[in-house]
Amino acid sequence: MTVHNLYIFDRNGSCLHYGEWNRKKQAGISKEEVRQEAQLIQLKDGFLTFQTSKYKLHYYETATGIKIIMNTDLGVPNAKDILHQIYSTLYVEYIVKNPLCVLGEQLSSDLFSTRLDLYIRALPFFSPRAA
Amino acid sequence: MSRQSNRTTDSKKMNAELFTLTYGALVTQLCKDYENDEEVNKQLDKMGYNIGVRLIEDFLARSSVGRCQDFRETADVIAKVAFKMYLGITPSVTNWSPAGDEFSLIMESNPLVDFVELPDNHSSLVYSNLLCGVLRGALEMVQMAVDVKFSQDTLRGDNVTEIRMKFIKRIEENLPAGDE
Repeated sequence: MTVHNLYIFDRNGSCLHYGEWNRKKQAGISKEEVRQEAQLIQLKDGFLTFQTSKYKLHYYETATGIKIIMNTDLGVPNAKDILHQIYSTLYVEYIVKNPLCVLGEQLSSDLFSTRLDLYIRALPFFSPRAA
Repeated sequence: MSRQSNRTTDSKKMNAELFTLTYGALVTQLCKDYENDEEVNKQLDKMGYNIGVRLIEDFLARSSVGRCQDFRETADVIAKVAFKMYLGITPSVTNWSPAGDEFSLIMESNPLVDFVELPDNHSSLVYSNLLCGVLRGALEMVQMAVDVKFSQDTLRGDNVTEIRMKFIKRIEENLPAGDE
């Protein structure tokens, strides 16, 4: 099992953060275009997850419109609690409570990126070998 | 779910007096800076708004409250969950308008004014106006445009403190370009 990548969008659909871990198949376009590609992902309220034959997409949206999307492989169980944890212990703690972080802009906090990376790597299903 | 409920109980407690006195120092300084009470009210509201748009994220992260279905549910959450969490009081919700788009929060005590006596020359100062901004900013982030103002205040000799909330409209979400 493994985590492929993670997107955080704000209420207006702009991408605040993009993180990538085990993504084998790269889109043949630049990172900046990936952000634009990502904006095309359209999901309705209350939607939690969908899967294809190769991966599973987990979706979490707060009442303020912050959207967290994580792609994993098929073996990962419902990750709603994990996405809520990312919102409450990482996004709120390191972005919202940091007055220097302008809300609604791409996140530039290194502390946040580092903590998020550590959190994802520590997930029980992060390692591809655990499959 | 048990993990989430644990988080609400271990939230850091702060000395309420430090908060009250800090707020008092802020208002005092604004009164020096602006001289005009109306302008002080405006600045307090603006600061409150900026606090509210951030505080709502903390609130949602801690309370696991979802989207409210109607304004009555919103009123309950504000009075019973949010005021309790941040100010340690539970205002009562009353005076609903027939249309259900207006209500009042009645506070027996207001922690912001614990040590305050308004001097006569500040008759139009709305001392706790920061709260109006906080409520307005927080609700705006959950797509609700709301008008918030003090209609009674113990500081001005009323028996209770009353915050009047009026629902204006639901703010439409801006979907990214390309949506039909």
